[in-house]
Amino acid sequence: MFDRRLLVHFDWLLFALVFALLGVGIMGVCSATFGGQSRFSPLAIRQISWAGLGLFAMIVAFAVDYRKIERLSYFFYGITVVLLLLVPFLGSFGGGARRWIDLGAFSLQPSELAKISSLLILAQYFHLVTPPQGYHLRALIYPGIFIAIPFGLVLAEPNFGTATIIGLVAMTLVFAAGIRLGSLASLGAAAGGLLPLLWYHMKPYQKQRILSFLHPDSDPLGTGYHMIQSKITIGSGRLWGKGFLQGTQNRLDFLPEKHTDFIFAVLAEEWGFIGVCILFLLYGALLGRLLFVAGKARDRFGSFVVLGGAAIIFWQVLINVGMNIGIFPVVGVPLPFLSYGGSSLLTVMLAMGLALNVSTRRFLF
Amino acid sequence: MREARIAPLGLQDPAPPITVRLGAIGVLVFLTFCLLILRLWQLQGVEGENFRALSENNRLRLKRTPPLRGVIYDRRMRVMVDNRPAFNVVLMPEDVRDVPTTLSTLAGYLRDPTLLNTSTLPSDLRRLPYQGVVLAQDVTRDALVAIEAHQVELPGVSIEVGSKRMYPADGFAAHLFGYVGQVSPRELERFPHYRLGDILGKFGVEKRWETSLRGQGGGQQIEVDANGQRLRVLGEEEAKAGDSLVLTIDADVQRAAESALQGKEGAIVALDVNTGEVLAMASRPAFDPNLFSRGIRANEWHALMDDPLRPLNNRAIQGQYPPGSTFKVIMAAAALEKGVVTPATRFHCSGGLQFGGHRFRCWRRSGHGSLNLQQAIAHSCDVYFYQVGQRLGIQNIADYARLFGMGKPLGVGLDHEASGLIPDAAWKSKFLKAPWLPGETLSVVIGQGYVTATPLQMAVVAATVANGGTVYRPHVVKQAIGVRGEVTKDYVPEVITTTKIRAEVLQLVRDGMRDVVNSSTGTGKKAKLSDFVVAGKTGTSQVISGTRGKGKNMARQYRDHAWFIAFAPYDVPEIAVACIIEHAGAGGGQVAAPAVREVLDAYFKITRGEQRQLSDVR
Repeated sequence: MFDRRLLVHFDWLLFALVFALLGVGIMGVCSATFGGQSRFSPLAIRQISWAGLGLFAMIVAFAVDYRKIERLSYFFYGITVVLLLLVPFLGSFGGGARRWIDLGAFSLQPSELAKISSLLILAQYFHLVTPPQGYHLRALIYPGIFIAIPFGLVLAEPNFGTATIIGLVAMTLVFAAGIRLGSLASLGAAAGGLLPLLWYHMKPYQKQRILSFLHPDSDPLGTGYHMIQSKITIGSGRLWGKGFLQGTQNRLDFLPEKHTDFIFAVLAEEWGFIGVCILFLLYGALLGRLLFVAGKARDRFGSFVVLGGAAIIFWQVLINVGMNIGIFPVVGVPLPFLSYGGSSLLTVMLAMGLALNVSTRRFLF
Repeated sequence: MREARIAPLGLQDPAPPITVRLGAIGVLVFLTFCLLILRLWQLQGVEGENFRALSENNRLRLKRTPPLRGVIYDRRMRVMVDNRPAFNVVLMPEDVRDVPTTLSTLAGYLRDPTLLNTSTLPSDLRRLPYQGVVLAQDVTRDALVAIEAHQVELPGVSIEVGSKRMYPADGFAAHLFGYVGQVSPRELERFPHYRLGDILGKFGVEKRWETSLRGQGGGQQIEVDANGQRLRVLGEEEAKAGDSLVLTIDADVQRAAESALQGKEGAIVALDVNTGEVLAMASRPAFDPNLFSRGIRANEWHALMDDPLRPLNNRAIQGQYPPGSTFKVIMAAAALEKGVVTPATRFHCSGGLQFGGHRFRCWRRSGHGSLNLQQAIAHSCDVYFYQVGQRLGIQNIADYARLFGMGKPLGVGLDHEASGLIPDAAWKSKFLKAPWLPGETLSVVIGQGYVTATPLQMAVVAATVANGGTVYRPHVVKQAIGVRGEVTKDYVPEVITTTKIRAEVLQLVRDGMRDVVNSSTGTGKKAKLSDFVVAGKTGTSQVISGTRGKGKNMARQYRDHAWFIAFAPYDVPEIAVACIIEHAGAGGGQVAAPAVREVLDAYFKITRGEQRQLSDVR
């Protein structure tokens, strides 16, 4: 069954970039959870096993011919919606929201899976439906409905960060699919009109985050303090950083989630501006490679899947780093490959597996 | 979608037409990353030196102020549980160069080295950096002055004003109020918004109403110098005090109940029959909650845990005892309601009843002669109720007992409330894998055998008979009130169920209970008050079957429990009381009835104070 050509045409560059980013992530989690004695804290060890599991997931997503996966998109989408509907009943609490489904040994965030399944279903739609004059608003009704369901369910959890990513990835795909510029403008206007509605439905803690972004003094003990401390942490790394495990600021109580949402600050403190530039080089090379593969794919489904994976990574990097350096409000979006957490790592690894899949099979048929 | 072209699966597209926009996306990504890098250069390059200095001195710190915990009042707004200021010695390990020397210097000024709590010292990894460690709580004024005066020798040591929870002396209502303590690592995992060193309720009302009582912590964002001394306050958030609670108990009734139990083991519950409000909930022996709020020491904790009398148990809701003859109150109502006897039905008691090859004895060996139901209640005749039990059958007995709130927790809102047990055939085959025996019905009907109840449940039974058949949910909190005295939550009476038993049936049961106390031959005469008609029912529950453990020389654990349940006044009932005294070695009428009398007496002193003085003069 195994086709030897899969090995010959394997996209080693993409694989190496993913592997390097995983390594940086494990280092970052080690630093952020460093207890002063053993080099590997329990959380770091868990992250290593998550990385192993992620590699396995990537291989699986790579091995199955993606045209089979395309035919199963509706199936994946259906399962995800059912899981999301189950979250309010089976979910366990964490940080004030029900997001996790406990599976015994580990727990799963269906909202993370929703990123992949909405990506698959959109890619399939844009593959099958190709109006010659480009998409205008009416042609976007179905994709709109496809996205609105998981988006609304995730938003209701409440998981504002993941819902934002789902929305942004969908918009990226719509843009790349060739939506007419007039329709794009009306979509933008509609989204702008919905903002006050969104504000009205936000939880108090979410509003507080936005407010303290606009006025850092309004919440000196909570988010405002975190944002100032995050900036101090990053800035104190200066050009060369303080060195691995030498960060002093990251040991401060500036955030309870420094190994998840604020891992970038920890890395920036220890590796400095040079280290951060290398990190951006890695991300940039990965995104460049993904865009290249998206352009070379053999069919539209492949293109859109790879582009969607790139969109997930790009938007998460932008929002997470923006929050760390104080240009965006605090939104719970993990840094791809780097933040501690199994479900989010699994999601990007699945996306990368699909990209490898498309990249390698462009030579096969 | 008319103009849409459907491409069949598997066929290759002519060319993926998205490459144009991919290029645009690539450029956008590149520009965005450039912007991020520019911002990072601003932080790490341009302002880096400044931020490095800030991080090296760790000059920004959060100093948290815990919220003031709500006060607990009794129903007449008398302060029961309060806070008082306490001075704590706090160490900031990051500011200390030589911890052992500082500690020994400090121990000298405290005069008592045992006050120093060194278990949570800097080695504790759970401690977050720049979070002070409380070394000694509630130090004396002398120690305070000494430490303040020698501040120079004690870098990193400071005095912080905290508050300490103050409970009434002698374990007054200790099981009801509960206690607070420092949050444990396990609790920290369950409640992420708490921090190490926070205080939270661990038991009783303090635990169940934690969210109301706690309030919201505040703090200051401060800038400090290299020695950890405060330079200026950058931002401040005031702590919000927690809500206060008005309990349903009346301190005077509670005190009477506790003094009636003095030196004994047992419990008393008093209820308002028309609302389910708990007027008193006493359990003895008790403990001193102040030990916990101070931080209980290991030897004190072990002494409490190892005490065979289990002083930490709230017997009023956790204790499960066979209800004995107090159960006959329900049986009498069931018998009349089911029509297995009428008020005129008479049975003859010769001191026992032959049944299934076994003689079931009446507590009065010489027998009661011929009597009707009302007399059987007044004299607590076992033989009459054996007859009733045979005619009712176990299922009816169980159904009626459950109707009165027995066999499951009543939902009083305190932890560890026991369910008691109402057995029936289904229960026995499920848990004991054996069929129900007819003889067991005769044990159950007089409140023996497998039946158990909590004192709270028996108080509810008395209240339900008294108010004409409404089972109210017993509750202990009347209101939550905010800082400015406004009512933030009102706890209104809640009806669990109504028994729907005919009024004349309950009237006859009440008449029987009146005779228990007021007839010259009743079993509960010691509960009688001179100016109010009390109605009640005695009970003596066997701990081991077969023998009646009455002798004082019997081993304690084999002696009978003494029960008394009552309500008053007989004609317009207001209060119901249940009392159990463990291993009393005497009947309920001898030991428990006088205790209930004291509680009722205290209640009428409060509610009818002036009226009663007049009657005393007369």
